[in-house]
Amino acid sequence: MSSLPELFERTRAEGRAALIGYLPAGFPTVDGAIDAMVAMVEGGVDAIEVGLPYSDPLLDGPTIQAAVDRALQTGATTSDVLDTVRAVAQTGVPTLVMSYWNPIERFGVDRFAHALAEAGGSGVITADITPEEAGDWLTASEREGLARVFLVAPSSTNDRIALTTAAASGFVYAAAVMGVTGARDQVAPAARELVERTRAQTSLPICVGLGVSSGGQAAEIAQFADGVIVGSAFVRALLDAESTEAGIEGVRALAAELRVGVGAPGGT
Amino acid sequence: MSIDSPSQQTSVDGYDADSTGHWGRFGGRFVPEALVAALDELTAAFEQARTDPDFIATLAHLQRTYTGRPSPVTDAARLAEHAGGARILLKREDLNHTGSHKINNVLGQALLTQRMGKTRVIAETGAGQHGVATATACALLGLECTVYMGAEDTRRQALNVARMELLGAEVVAVETGSQTLKDAINDAMRDWVTTVDRTHYILGTVTGPHPFPTMVRDFQRVIGDEARQQVLDLTGALPDAVVACVGGGSNAMGIFTAFLGDVGVRLYGFEAGGDGVETGRHAARMAGGSPGVLHGTRTYVMQDEMGQTVASHSISAGLDYPGVGPQHAWLHETGRATYAPVTDAEAMAAFELVCRTEGIIPAIESAHAVAGALQVGRDLGPDAVVLVNLSGRGDKDVATAASWFGISAGEGGA
Repeated sequence: MSSLPELFERTRAEGRAALIGYLPAGFPTVDGAIDAMVAMVEGGVDAIEVGLPYSDPLLDGPTIQAAVDRALQTGATTSDVLDTVRAVAQTGVPTLVMSYWNPIERFGVDRFAHALAEAGGSGVITADITPEEAGDWLTASEREGLARVFLVAPSSTNDRIALTTAAASGFVYAAAVMGVTGARDQVAPAARELVERTRAQTSLPICVGLGVSSGGQAAEIAQFADGVIVGSAFVRALLDAESTEAGIEGVRALAAELRVGVGAPGGT
Repeated sequence: MSIDSPSQQTSVDGYDADSTGHWGRFGGRFVPEALVAALDELTAAFEQARTDPDFIATLAHLQRTYTGRPSPVTDAARLAEHAGGARILLKREDLNHTGSHKINNVLGQALLTQRMGKTRVIAETGAGQHGVATATACALLGLECTVYMGAEDTRRQALNVARMELLGAEVVAVETGSQTLKDAINDAMRDWVTTVDRTHYILGTVTGPHPFPTMVRDFQRVIGDEARQQVLDLTGALPDAVVACVGGGSNAMGIFTAFLGDVGVRLYGFEAGGDGVETGRHAARMAGGSPGVLHGTRTYVMQDEMGQTVASHSISAGLDYPGVGPQHAWLHETGRATYAPVTDAEAMAAFELVCRTEGIIPAIESAHAVAGALQVGRDLGPDAVVLVNLSGRGDKDVATAASWFGISAGEGGA
């Protein structure tokens, strides 16, 4: 299994950006989500974000909320999320959890960190917690060797970017736009400016997400970022499909398109 | 009445949050990074405004000439006969413009919006009281206004939707999740993270990320600052107990704050017990919830084993919320205030009693406080003086009450 540092070392050597794909665990089913994530890897995704379904996802737009609501209705649990991580990590790509804070706190921060590391997880992207509130998580992630991926946003001051990147590890998640998750037509100019400001503060890889849905957008971002994060477009492929099988093929095809976008070499 | 005139205030040392908005393990700021800059800007603007004589004077002028402050205290002698003879004093926030305490906070935040150079306001609302107050302040100050309201609530409170629209606000019916207040807050947050450069989010209660719990409390503390002096003038002494209902908890923090340093004054917060805490259909966060993070703050939350928010239930839309202000969580944990549930049935019995004995139709929210006060009065005995925050009027609840008591109320309303 490759680690996050190994991944970015490789993509840099190949002269391309890393492609990171998100899907929530438990949608359409626990097994269906695992199959879709494996298809993403087969299609060319370099790292997977496993979403932990949460009842109040206030950083997510309607597409991801719809999928997460369905995952919760079918009874997806935090243990299911960990099982999903275990299954996806076996493909060899770095596998992270993307979560809101309360389910992790409820599970127990130390217990969650230990269980995630034991499942082969690489780290956690935390949507609604900044380093100031993350004391327990900083300690637990350090102990378990997990990446702490915090977000920076176009509204972040340079001082805050310095504070956030100093606490982060693995990579930095740069939110391309002010807003929630969901496909958008264009890459906002703010994305490039934010990456430049972040680059001035850290040597960590910087990955851009929020609103990226096409190979063309991925190619544009790959020119200035170390990674491209795509979520809602993968969820949309599953939501719109007539069957889980068709959805999984849609996810695989989207992964391949995006992989061409982030830069051709390498293959899988 | 200013929000920061030291001569009027008792000490809240030891009861205030630290500089980052924490009361012990509660409070704080659990938000997407994108909102931090706006929260920092808001914190700075509020810190400047609260000591700016111009701001204080402008707000005081509006409170006096627009809201109708100070609100009176009514000696509720006939109601008191049902409280074991204890003296019951009602702080009449129901007499404020727009019908509840909500206007106190909204006027302060709307003035802050102007100070920050923002032109648009968003708000969440459950029953519609905070939405109506926000739409009112925006009309007064010429601000664009969008109110998020759960689709289920827009149906239950159609009259308040019409009110907001008459006042020029746009009302967005939220179709996600449980289609109630918590989902309206989610959507307001989503709007805010997208439009924050020109939009201020007027959160309606003492919860959310720092500085909202402190700021909203400080805009509401005028209730207790007035009432403390009014009770002293009327009785020559402090009350034995101060009682309020607690949804998010802004009316309760508003009346509690002036008394926090008066250690002999007992503070009681009554939550919505719904069908009874044992049924699971309630909104009693202290009795039936546990510490967690919701809507930007760590507090008592109704949640399941996985940390998913559990739907609350109350006959009172204003108390029907699965979280509570973090300072209440702290007052509960430290024992400075006592929290207990009041069921739908107990609240409606008190509602009827206030109507019949005092000629006041209270908000069903406030009826929870009255129900609690009657019990507190019986417990403390006939010499006790119990101050109750009558936080709102019941016009909005007439259809609900008519249905409860089996009276024909005609069409519309609830």
